[in-house]
Amino acid sequence: MPRIIFIEPDGTRREVQATVGLSVMETALQHGIRGIVATCGGACACSTCHAYVDGTWLARLDEPDELELGTLQQAPDVRPNSRLTCQVPVTAELDGLTVRVPAHQA
Amino acid sequence: MDQTTVIVGASHAAAQAVESLRREGFGGRLLLVGDEPHLPYQRPPLSKKYLSGELERERLWLKPRSFYESHGVELKLGRRAIALDAAAQSVTLDDGAALAYDQLLLATGSRPRPLDAPGADLGGVHYLRSIADVDGIRAELGPGRRIVIVGAGYIGLECAASCAKLGHDVTVLEMAERVMSRVVAPEMSAFYSEEHAAHGVKIHCDTMVAALEGDGRVREVVCRDGSRYPADLVIVGIGIVPNVELARAAGIACDNGIAVDGHCRTSDAAVYAIGDCCSHPSPRYGRRIRLESVDNAFEQAKTAAANMCGRETVHDRVPWFWSDQYELKLQIVGLAQGYDRVVLRGDPSGKAFSCCYLRGRELLAVDCVNQARDFMAGKKVIAERPAMDLDRLADPAIPLREAV
Repeated sequence: MPRIIFIEPDGTRREVQATVGLSVMETALQHGIRGIVATCGGACACSTCHAYVDGTWLARLDEPDELELGTLQQAPDVRPNSRLTCQVPVTAELDGLTVRVPAHQA
Repeated sequence: MDQTTVIVGASHAAAQAVESLRREGFGGRLLLVGDEPHLPYQRPPLSKKYLSGELERERLWLKPRSFYESHGVELKLGRRAIALDAAAQSVTLDDGAALAYDQLLLATGSRPRPLDAPGADLGGVHYLRSIADVDGIRAELGPGRRIVIVGAGYIGLECAASCAKLGHDVTVLEMAERVMSRVVAPEMSAFYSEEHAAHGVKIHCDTMVAALEGDGRVREVVCRDGSRYPADLVIVGIGIVPNVELARAAGIACDNGIAVDGHCRTSDAAVYAIGDCCSHPSPRYGRRIRLESVDNAFEQAKTAAANMCGRETVHDRVPWFWSDQYELKLQIVGLAQGYDRVVLRGDPSGKAFSCCYLRGRELLAVDCVNQARDFMAGKKVIAERPAMDLDRLADPAIPLREAV
């Protein structure tokens, strides 16, 4: 099981076991990660699962599609390493993936 | 002494309320009563990926079971609240248990509007609101069924798309003159009708169901104009009815739902209501509104929790909704009611465009088809209420936020 590390808005580090095939957002919900709200449940219809991908991990993820980019573009406090975690599937290769939850989602 | 809060209803609003109440500092006893046997789950995928079989049931849970344990919630699932005594501050469940409360949060939701036609109780006639509903539909979905869907609103059309994707023969009957007529402009209705036709779905508008016929099981749908549609399965999606009975019987004021104020408080100071079951005064729209949406359920849960914990907040949000049909992501922000003109951004034939609803120069709502940028920008613009420049608005190359 790959491990995913979430940094919650207050800086708390949460390392959790993720299930391959679920999304990073679903992993966060399963473990009650603070700030990953996911109002739309992964339909890419809101931006409440927004997180920043740490370091070199960004380049190792599949590129976001148009829908995700369009949603992200207008999301609060968007940065070059912003992703919607509902659009990032967990794979074995992502063992150690670290994402930070934006402070405004606290 | 420890306070007790009882939440009746166990869907989106309730799950969020649990989290928010604890976050706001509520340290007392917390009970969650739900008449379905399941943990609170996401309803939007039911007509989409759960119906089409792309999403397993376990992926519907809003929170894992451990969340309720860690939040100190006593779950009363599979239990229906059958009576409320507001004076005694007590809720009675269908197993006879009486739950005394200091504060009560009603998140009773809504139920499908029943089809009022002879034969509506035949076998093979389904509604779509719960996991059990969809499991019932899926159990009858053999290969190549003839499915008649009554109602061309969101649920009906999402259902039609999911069933068409599975290869079934789908007919949609709608009594209004066009699809989704209650919520979108004719331009949008025309676009969606064409998309469904392209996927082989037969939509008949201006068609009112007169009766369902069959021998214990539905075989045919008969319409007022005499037309008949053979059916192996009928799915009815003609709107929902708020579950107000518990509150009304207890003497709590209702007005198109349980009537709450801006703090989500009912006419009884110890009782709050949130989500589909209630109507609230909207400063933005200048009238009482009842919203049927996940976002509203979540946000009202937060508002109610804050007020229940003594932190005064008022619920006033720009509502938003979404609907997935085929590869089309429809995102709607705002309420279009009262619009006097429509401005299209982009060409519907490209399957990525927005439909803007205005009253004068104020943007009231935007329907975005595969156009998330406009959706996100629309949320901000509608909240800020600037006067729009209609020519710039019609140019999709100009960002919506700059069309002022």
